[in-house]
Amino acid sequence: MGLRIDQDHTRFKAIVRGKIKQNLRKYVQQGEMLGKKGKEFISIPVPFIDVPRFKHGSRQGGVGQGDGDPGDAIGQGQPQPGDGSGKAGEGEGQHVLEVDVSLEELAQILSEELQLPNIENKGNDKIVTSRIKYTGINTVGPQSLRHFKRTFKEALKRQIATGTYDPNNPVIVPRKQDQRYRTYRMESLPQTNAVIIYMMDVSGSMGDEQKEIVRIESFWLDTWLRNQYKGLETRFIIHDAVAREVDRETFFHTRESGGTMISSAYKLCRDIIKADYPAASWNIYPFHFSDGDNWSADDTRSCIELLKGDILPDVNQFAYGQVESPYGSGQFIKDLREHLGDHAKVALSEVADKDAIYGSIKDFLGKGR
Amino acid sequence: MPKSLTPRLMDLKNEIEGYARSFGLDFFEQVFEVLTTEELNMVAAYGGFPTRYPHWRWGMDYEQLSKSSEYGLSKIYELVINNDPCFAYLLEANAEVDQKLVMAHVYGHNDFFKNNFTFKFTNRKMVDEMANHATRVRRWIDKLGVEKVEEFIDVALSLENLIDQHAPHIKRNPDPRVAEQQQNVRAEGFKVAKDYMRPYVNPTEFIEKERKKLEEEKKQSKKFPERPQRDVLAFLLDEAPLEDWEREILSLVREEAYYFAPQAQTKIMNEGWASYWHSTIMTTRALRDHEIVDYADHHAGTMAMQQGKLNPYKVGIELYRDIEDRWNRGRFGKDWDECDDLRVRRSWDKQLGAGREKIFEVRKHYNDVTFIDEFLTPEFAIEQKLFTFNFNDKKNTWEIATREFKKVKDKLLQSLTNFGQPVIDVVDANYENKGELVLSHKHDGVDLDPGYARETLKNLQSIWRRPVGIITRAEGKSIMMRHDGTTFAEKKLEL
Repeated sequence: MGLRIDQDHTRFKAIVRGKIKQNLRKYVQQGEMLGKKGKEFISIPVPFIDVPRFKHGSRQGGVGQGDGDPGDAIGQGQPQPGDGSGKAGEGEGQHVLEVDVSLEELAQILSEELQLPNIENKGNDKIVTSRIKYTGINTVGPQSLRHFKRTFKEALKRQIATGTYDPNNPVIVPRKQDQRYRTYRMESLPQTNAVIIYMMDVSGSMGDEQKEIVRIESFWLDTWLRNQYKGLETRFIIHDAVAREVDRETFFHTRESGGTMISSAYKLCRDIIKADYPAASWNIYPFHFSDGDNWSADDTRSCIELLKGDILPDVNQFAYGQVESPYGSGQFIKDLREHLGDHAKVALSEVADKDAIYGSIKDFLGKGR
Repeated sequence: MPKSLTPRLMDLKNEIEGYARSFGLDFFEQVFEVLTTEELNMVAAYGGFPTRYPHWRWGMDYEQLSKSSEYGLSKIYELVINNDPCFAYLLEANAEVDQKLVMAHVYGHNDFFKNNFTFKFTNRKMVDEMANHATRVRRWIDKLGVEKVEEFIDVALSLENLIDQHAPHIKRNPDPRVAEQQQNVRAEGFKVAKDYMRPYVNPTEFIEKERKKLEEEKKQSKKFPERPQRDVLAFLLDEAPLEDWEREILSLVREEAYYFAPQAQTKIMNEGWASYWHSTIMTTRALRDHEIVDYADHHAGTMAMQQGKLNPYKVGIELYRDIEDRWNRGRFGKDWDECDDLRVRRSWDKQLGAGREKIFEVRKHYNDVTFIDEFLTPEFAIEQKLFTFNFNDKKNTWEIATREFKKVKDKLLQSLTNFGQPVIDVVDANYENKGELVLSHKHDGVDLDPGYARETLKNLQSIWRRPVGIITRAEGKSIMMRHDGTTFAEKKLEL
């Protein structure tokens, strides 16, 4: 039911939305660490919005009640002011307001702020899947679709109408004419499936900080693409000299050592696509993060061949993010740029630190593919 | 939508109302309505009213209330409005014993609203008035757009505490005509040795000219306003270059501020009185055997002391009980004050039985400041474990400063004075003859919050349109904070 205050509530939310937009850069850096994450909502702490007044400063102390000797600390941190009593605690620290924002809305804010274009579907909307939808009730049908409740309701109605219903002995016996069945319709839905294949270099040179950047960035990429596609799948590949597929947890927390052969990941990525995601009906987004240190120029060459020959024709966009690390040479992005820099399906981005995530998201998603 | 009472609740209402009347409570006609949690949160966000003008702030309060009731951090049992008839809202989901307790509590508030002197001049048709305010603001929003109006309401709310809490009761400025006569200038002319020479030395035309000159001089030197004006909002309404719609909104914000001010001035007394009566009515009349545990649990929850907080319910009810006890036993007056024999004092009982009568008198003639000033005793402060607390910069924590009676009382009174708001006057509306507005803060040992002051000055400037400033003290030095619309400045004052 609508309440009168909904209007004011909406106004307030609009203001909060503005605040989030203003501070988006900051929130983007925090990514998934923002707050409690629900299925569809994320709660974001925004600075308390207050009407400024002439008021007494904080730390003036006040009067309280309870046990303790002079010098004893009271409460944890700051006591809240009692009504009408001391004003302690007021304005002390930053009051924080936790606001629930739906992931959808967050994605929208992201798109408005970063001016992300909506993704052009690969043209797959011609591909349709059909789905059965139960839409009505009929008097004939197969037994397996019999609607018990409606059937008995009909029987009850009939019995009451004919006067054969006895409340003291409420036995209801449905007859043939009482039977009700579900009916269905075939619905065709445009296909909007998408898959993100995350690949990450977990060789020794990728530190925790680099991984955190990847994690934050992947949160936003997830959020955005989830907003664009109904059914979004994610797959994770880690690699050093060899590549293997892992789950999300392992992906972000594995640390290996040893060398780096990027081609191994690309091979696995290709195989996954070929096996599970026919290019005709899937929107495919491989994202690869690495510090740009590859084993050899030979391997880099085979990477580029893999991309050109197998991966790029099938995917919507291939994105490579190079996370700066003190150990990496950062050569890989240069090679990619040289060979594939002007390829429409390739997005390249260098992520120096958390600050750069904001811009890098734009690099990745700004093409609208 | 609000529902009226179920027949069962109606019976309870009649029962409780009967008890309240038999104890001598004197109240407005009482109307209860039943609300769901969401509706109650809404009404609470609206400051207890069913309708307010549109503003995001209610939405923010609603968000917070909804969150905290959803998480089970807080629960509002009831809301009551100072209005004739008195409206109170009950939570639909309350257990029966809670509804009884709440009703008894509400009759206490109702009696207090009707009888306490601070409420004497409040609008008793405020529910209607608030709805009118809402309509008026909506009309301006339709005309001017929501952003523009809301922005101005933000500004007005930012100044809403700058009112004169005593204004309804006293006249600050003497009648201007009388004052005029008293201060009339008299031109004396030159001194004359002999009376008969006067018309020759000081002819009438000369005297007249002289008088005009003096008057002119006086006018020049006249300050504006002539004396400091506490009601800054009223001053702005009279003197600031406001548009019609702005004046209307500022004036309704001011009206609402005056309506709410007495509640801020009597928080301890009002809650204490209502608690005293719910406790008395429940424990002596209304409570049934099987309800006792639930009642005790609920009552204890309301009265709980939390460290570092002063619970107005607790302090209020205990102070009334203390007064009642003292007047029952005659523990007041000269003899009592001068008696320093501890044994005599302990067993002092003159069997006056005047306690009940006394607290009825107290609830009529006092506000929180005078209530505490007059009735807070050292014994009471010890019993209630009162202390003052300060912030320890070194340890970065709040800690208990002292339990010394005088300090506790002073601190408490200070925090209650001017309903806890800084005392601020308009002192000059033509500062340095440049049309700048200057306010002055009566510093009582506590600095203004500088960040808030800056923002507030900015808002004030947007109303006054010329630069504005406030004279105050910060870290022991006299300063003037000033805002000219674009920049903020702060300078030390030589005083």
